[in-house]
Amino acid sequence: MNAGKPVAAIAVENIVKRYGDFEAVGGITFEVAEGEIFGLLGPNGAGKSTLIRMMTTLIPVTGGKAIIAGYDVSREPDAVRRTIGVIPQALTSDVDLTVEENLSIYAKLYEVPKAERQRSIEELLEAVDLLKWRGAQTKTLSGGMRRRLEIARGLIHNPRIFFLDEPTTGLDPVSRVAVWEMLNHLKNTRHLTMLITTHYMDEADRLCDRIAIVDHGKLVALDTPMALKASVPGTNVVEAQFTHASAEWPARLKQLSGVTAVESQSAGMYRLLTSNGSLTTTQLVEMAVNSGETIKSLSVQNTTLDDVFVHYTGRQLRDEQVKALGFVMPPRPGVQP
Amino acid sequence: MKRMMAIVEREMRKFFRSPALMMVSMMLPLVQLIILGNAFGGKIRGARMGVVDYDRGSQALRIHEAFDSIAVNIRTFTTVAYDDEQKAREDVRTGKLDGAVIIPAQYSRRVLAGDSPAIGLVVDNSDQTMSNSLEAEMQSLVEALNAPVIQQKVVQQIALEIVELYPYVEYMKYLLSGSIALAMYVAVMIGGGMLYIDDKARGVHEGYLVTPITKLELVLGLNLAGAIKAVLSGVCLTVIGSLLAGLGVIFHPITAMLLFLLILSTSIAFNGMMFLMMVRVEDPLVPRAIFGVLNTLLFFPSGAISPVSGFPKWLRAIAVADPFTYAVHGFKAILLKDGGLAAIRMDLLFLFGFGIVTLLIATPLFKRTL
Ligand SMILES: Nc1ncnc2c1ncn2[C@@H]1O[C@H](COP(=O)(O)OP(=O)(O)O)[C@@H](O)[C@H]1O
Ligand SMILES: [Mg+2]
Repeated sequence: MNAGKPVAAIAVENIVKRYGDFEAVGGITFEVAEGEIFGLLGPNGAGKSTLIRMMTTLIPVTGGKAIIAGYDVSREPDAVRRTIGVIPQALTSDVDLTVEENLSIYAKLYEVPKAERQRSIEELLEAVDLLKWRGAQTKTLSGGMRRRLEIARGLIHNPRIFFLDEPTTGLDPVSRVAVWEMLNHLKNTRHLTMLITTHYMDEADRLCDRIAIVDHGKLVALDTPMALKASVPGTNVVEAQFTHASAEWPARLKQLSGVTAVESQSAGMYRLLTSNGSLTTTQLVEMAVNSGETIKSLSVQNTTLDDVFVHYTGRQLRDEQVKALGFVMPPRPGVQP
Repeated sequence: MKRMMAIVEREMRKFFRSPALMMVSMMLPLVQLIILGNAFGGKIRGARMGVVDYDRGSQALRIHEAFDSIAVNIRTFTTVAYDDEQKAREDVRTGKLDGAVIIPAQYSRRVLAGDSPAIGLVVDNSDQTMSNSLEAEMQSLVEALNAPVIQQKVVQQIALEIVELYPYVEYMKYLLSGSIALAMYVAVMIGGGMLYIDDKARGVHEGYLVTPITKLELVLGLNLAGAIKAVLSGVCLTVIGSLLAGLGVIFHPITAMLLFLLILSTSIAFNGMMFLMMVRVEDPLVPRAIFGVLNTLLFFPSGAISPVSGFPKWLRAIAVADPFTYAVHGFKAILLKDGGLAAIRMDLLFLFGFGIVTLLIATPLFKRTL
């Protein structure tokens, strides 16, 4: 370690994970500073969970290294475990136990002293807004409440670094927003460093200080959400739908000032990336009027991380998500989560 | 230590919250105990029947003739003459005789007087198959004696009066030992095996593994919890089964203590075996698939249903390595024979040893990572 340089909360160096011939993570390097919320963004199967599992000592590292709070995960796994809190991707709270019992068991697993245990449980239940439900069996909770319970569980020993693997996957939009707010609040009050994986663009955009886009086990981009969006040629997205689709539209749209890319979508719908949204829109409307074409719908937006993702991976993240719905954790027989 | 106890606490809380496991683990052994306990039977050959003849009259002679014909033809039993009913009963009790027939004094006179006398039959009902056969044989004999062709003009009804040595169904007592072991096996299989793999598949272990718990604490915690579940199941079945079979020995403090030692050692042995088998399994289907096979493979060769001495060599070889065999032997020694610690010392030694050895092999195989 270099003297003087502040120790990064997380430092991952050329880390590799192979399963047989298959390379799930292929040499990724990044650092996360203390107090940062760092997002790992990528479609299902990108290697996010594998990456997080290596950083949290759950699976052995094939190559490279990961240093967490100054400890090497391969050499001092126990020291790493004491400094981190982890929320695995699957809901793993015990459905037969009450909310409070779930927390208490983990407090004991982390050897939180008895005197602190009750106070810590109290505080966390308050923070995740589950005080009312402390005596409820976990199987009676909604998905969002269970996630919040697990967030509390991961913080029971007051860790410095918090790893969350897809904390909002499977939640309804309202619960997702509630979880985001909770995480933001916890980060500020507890001075946490957080590493969150997600395949939701809006989540990464709203929550994270910096984002690493991962695809096929490789890091394809890493920066702040702003910088990532700015790095995509075109700062606006114009979506226009015409009544009559025609083969010459893409070429004609490409001629408009500021346009850097044109994507054809279904039924006369076009998606234009442009550096000047208003100018492009004006010209587009003029062009339509001149050629006697009717515009069915028109919208101008700022570039989103979706566009960033398409730019870096050449694919639509949404398509990947649809496929990914096939993957479901095996439920416990006889119990509906 | 505290972390190990946290694992145990979690398992036990779950266990008591859903009593289904407890019920399910006792269902199979109880059904088996009741059904087999009542239904088992077989054809007996060459039993020894004592005959006490206080009559020595003409009608008694006809019974002797009938016995001789049985001895020669269907060979269910051969007879041994006794002078004294007390001695005959004693010999039935100790197993020298399989049964005894008492022909009362004045039998012939009463038959001829049409006074329906009773022939006494003494059987050892701790061997249900034997006593059932002897009873059936005697019943048909009595019916033959009552038949008009033989009886000619005499109007009479000879009845068979059965005297059972023990007041309750004794085959149940014989089966009970196996049932107790089976209850513990099912508890370990479900509570230790299936729930363990299900938890693993659902990611519960992933939650444990990110905490600083050591491998040994985790292994010991899971196994301790598994053994406690099996002990509870074993104790429940011992009590319920003993009441069903009419056994009072469980209320004797020393016997109860020895039974508890057996239950404890059996639980540890079964749990060790289960953990060794499941330590590297990931697929929740596996424990379900091996449940039945293992049950047959371990339960039936153990002597729980029929004596090991009747097995072919290869089956005996299984019996020797099978912890069920020692558990069943131990329980029989205490429940049926009141054998004391001396009778079960080897069983305890094997069971505790088996549990410790399997656990020692399984621990290094247990992965502290996913
Ligand atoms: N234990 C394993 N054995 C083999 N392949 C695995 C294993 N775990 C994950 N993979 C593969 O590694 C890739 C990355 O998986 P994962 O890290 O779970 O992706 P993500 O969390 O980004 O959805 C996937 O293609 C997956 O099939
Ligand atoms: Mg994942």
